[in-house]
Amino acid sequence: MSALHQLFVWFNDPANWQGGNGVPERVLQHLWLWAWSMAIAGVIGVTGGLLLGRSRRSGTVTINVANIGRAIPSFAVIVIGVIWLGLGNTPVVIALVLLAVPPIFTFAFTGVREVDPATVESARGMGMTEARILRSVQVPLAMPLILNGIRLSSAAVLATAPLAALVGSGGLGRYVIDGFAIRDYAEVGAGVTLVVALVVVNELLFAWLARLTSPGKRRRPRVSGAFARMTPG
Amino acid sequence: MSALVASQPLIRWSWIGDHLGEIRTALVQHLELTFVAVGVGLVLSAVLAAVAIRFRITYQPINAVTGIMYAIPSLALFILLTPITGLTKLTAEIALVSYTLQILFRSIVAGIDSVPASVRESAQAMGYTRWQQRWRVEIPLALPVMVSGLRIATVTTVGLVPISGILGSDQGGLGTFIFDGLNRGFNTPIFVGATFTVLLAVALDVLLVRTQRLLTPWTRRVRAT
Repeated sequence: MSALHQLFVWFNDPANWQGGNGVPERVLQHLWLWAWSMAIAGVIGVTGGLLLGRSRRSGTVTINVANIGRAIPSFAVIVIGVIWLGLGNTPVVIALVLLAVPPIFTFAFTGVREVDPATVESARGMGMTEARILRSVQVPLAMPLILNGIRLSSAAVLATAPLAALVGSGGLGRYVIDGFAIRDYAEVGAGVTLVVALVVVNELLFAWLARLTSPGKRRRPRVSGAFARMTPG
Repeated sequence: MSALVASQPLIRWSWIGDHLGEIRTALVQHLELTFVAVGVGLVLSAVLAAVAIRFRITYQPINAVTGIMYAIPSLALFILLTPITGLTKLTAEIALVSYTLQILFRSIVAGIDSVPASVRESAQAMGYTRWQQRWRVEIPLALPVMVSGLRIATVTTVGLVPISGILGSDQGGLGTFIFDGLNRGFNTPIFVGATFTVLLAVALDVLLVRTQRLLTPWTRRVRAT
């Protein structure tokens, strides 16, 4: 039986769609972890990135610290969290937040930095308050990059949340870990397929959001150009 | 997991002193896994980027495929590969390499794209051949962007290696300590594994920045302003 066929059989089995270990329940648990982590990381990352990005000081140190944040091994954070806080979703959410903040922060930070200073000066000259400049000028102009940061983090969180299963939590990682435990690779494959499907939905959703927030012009966010100027160091 | 004991000291310092040799071995293994993964990833990405730059139409498909590879949960990829390549270093490396591709590919293309057309045309006008143009003008100028991608890829790989410890103690680098601590309900090795992982990432990151500054001396003056 080919791997693909086994996968098909797994998905076609009604038993895998019902109860606490069914696909709908596991997907919901997964999305629950994702929603909490992204909500917290979004607030921290966007707020921090916008505020620090607005300050005139050199951003080198800030960007470098955020970059190193990417090395924090999520798995270790989860395990340490379990020791301190006990089993449950909290240690997992903490680890996922730590994972999600650096890209969101970096892109929000770079997005605000990328706004033409002349534009900001004009807004100031027109008598806008600082809060108004942020809200009506800087945030809209930085939106493509902010969204891109959130998109990247969101995908990373969806793909990393399966680690939760290593410490007994739910979500799609259960299929991966439980399947591996009994060498049922169809179940592992099903878990992976579902995670990848969620990531694909995530990409489509953000592509749609990006178009929605740039009315009038149908151009893709200039991510590669910004990437060039985001160079940490 | 219920074996985790909260009453033990968070870190038992004497344990660290007694296991310095093992920590060093794990560090070296962690470095090896990272170097091989990033090295192979860099070569593959360079080839993919060369194709994408030459034939623009291939950019989106390559981007999508490497994006999906990036989306597969690391834990699951390590596991899914075991029926094919076993509980080996090869399994770990395949999974680790597949995570570096997206970021490296995108940063190489973005780097080459960041070279102004006027510079390219000047080089051409000066009689540079295509090959010279690429190696003496475009790649040096693209280096800062490429290195920024390389840094993210390296740092991320260092953070992913611990998960490959699920394949066994020969594949996990510092992650071996984390799995060991988890299995025995003993905090100290978990902290040791996590701390050294982050320290290693910082060290490699600093090393890459230094190297880039040495290779692109002209960027230093610009940054000073």
